[in-house]
Amino acid sequence: MHDEDLERIIGQLLRFGVLLSSFVVLTGGVVYLVRHGHQTPAFGTFHGEPLKMRNPVQMWKAIFHGEGRPVIAFGLLLLILTPIARIVFSIAGYLLEKDYLYVLITVFVLGVILWNF
Amino acid sequence: MTVLVLSGLLFAGAVFAGLLGSLTGLGGGVVLIPLLTLLFKVDIHYAIGASLVSVIATSSGAAAAYVRDGISNIRLGMFLEVATTIGAVVGASLSAVLSTEVIAIVFGGVLIVSAVLSFLRHQDNLVPGPGSRLVRALRLSGTYPTAEGRQAYTVRNVVGGFLLMNVAGILSGLLGIGSGALKVLAMDNIMRTPFKVSTTTSNFMIGVTAAASAGIYLKKGYIDPGLSMPVMLGVLAGAFAGSRILTKTRVSSLKKIFAVVIALLAIEMIYNGIHHTI
Repeated sequence: MHDEDLERIIGQLLRFGVLLSSFVVLTGGVVYLVRHGHQTPAFGTFHGEPLKMRNPVQMWKAIFHGEGRPVIAFGLLLLILTPIARIVFSIAGYLLEKDYLYVLITVFVLGVILWNF
Repeated sequence: MTVLVLSGLLFAGAVFAGLLGSLTGLGGGVVLIPLLTLLFKVDIHYAIGASLVSVIATSSGAAAAYVRDGISNIRLGMFLEVATTIGAVVGASLSAVLSTEVIAIVFGGVLIVSAVLSFLRHQDNLVPGPGSRLVRALRLSGTYPTAEGRQAYTVRNVVGGFLLMNVAGILSGLLGIGSGALKVLAMDNIMRTPFKVSTTTSNFMIGVTAAASAGIYLKKGYIDPGLSMPVMLGVLAGAFAGSRILTKTRVSSLKKIFAVVIALLAIEMIYNGIHHTI
């Protein structure tokens, strides 16, 4: 496997991730607007988000209750995972190339990101 | 105003921000945050959260094309992501501690610097030679496509570039922006990579940098789905339209007008920050 192959796969992965997450966000958005479109918005003061918008397990539970916003939150989570998936692919690529210095560098970057999730 | 009407307006505003960000090369976030906080009166923490997810979307979407064309220097990007992700974690943690006013003032300052940087004349001063031992050990030098075939370049001043990347990461995590202007400065002016390589590699890095602060934003509850939905979809649509326009027309005069608009927004952010009206 050469650098160019790896780069092409990464490019396709990124595009797929953005398209998939946009689709999920849009779907959730339609449900959200149908359910809550007539209400008064409250973005002016910060009160943080409830657990069902932050935790993947709670997100899933709320999605099966037919709620829209957790679907959006799930789509946004997919979007955030896209560059992270790219890092994982890069690690695999550098392993195949036996470029262990870059395996180390990439694992470190992945560690910094995951450590904060 | 109902949620439906506001979502429509937010979408329209985000399309504008994405378009402007793409045409000026400053990115969607720097236009989006003043728009959300000054015009829509959104709390700056929610604005930062919505901006960050939009930044991930546009960066990943655009990077796909650049990576395919073989312009980005993937190894250089990966190595510098060590600096930007650590910075992003520091910045995102700071955003929870600093007051809204301080964040607004810092944002205004960064906005002015970014606008000025976008006017710097870019002249590629490629340095020949194999590069330092560090550069060779990390295999940072590369080639990029030009009209006369692939041209080789050597990377300089790795330590200086790394440190500036760290600052770019901190600002990205603190303000929910891509910090593209600073990332390009670090590569273009300090590490002496060709401009085309700097901009595309910077774009490639923005998504990963933002993902490092996104985990913290999620935990702190900055990412509101109702707000992020129209914003992210709008910025993505605007950035896509902007990239289409860019390939067709020269935009140097438009860019001057936009820079003035952005400078005014920056001053208003700082003013509101000082007078506690944000």
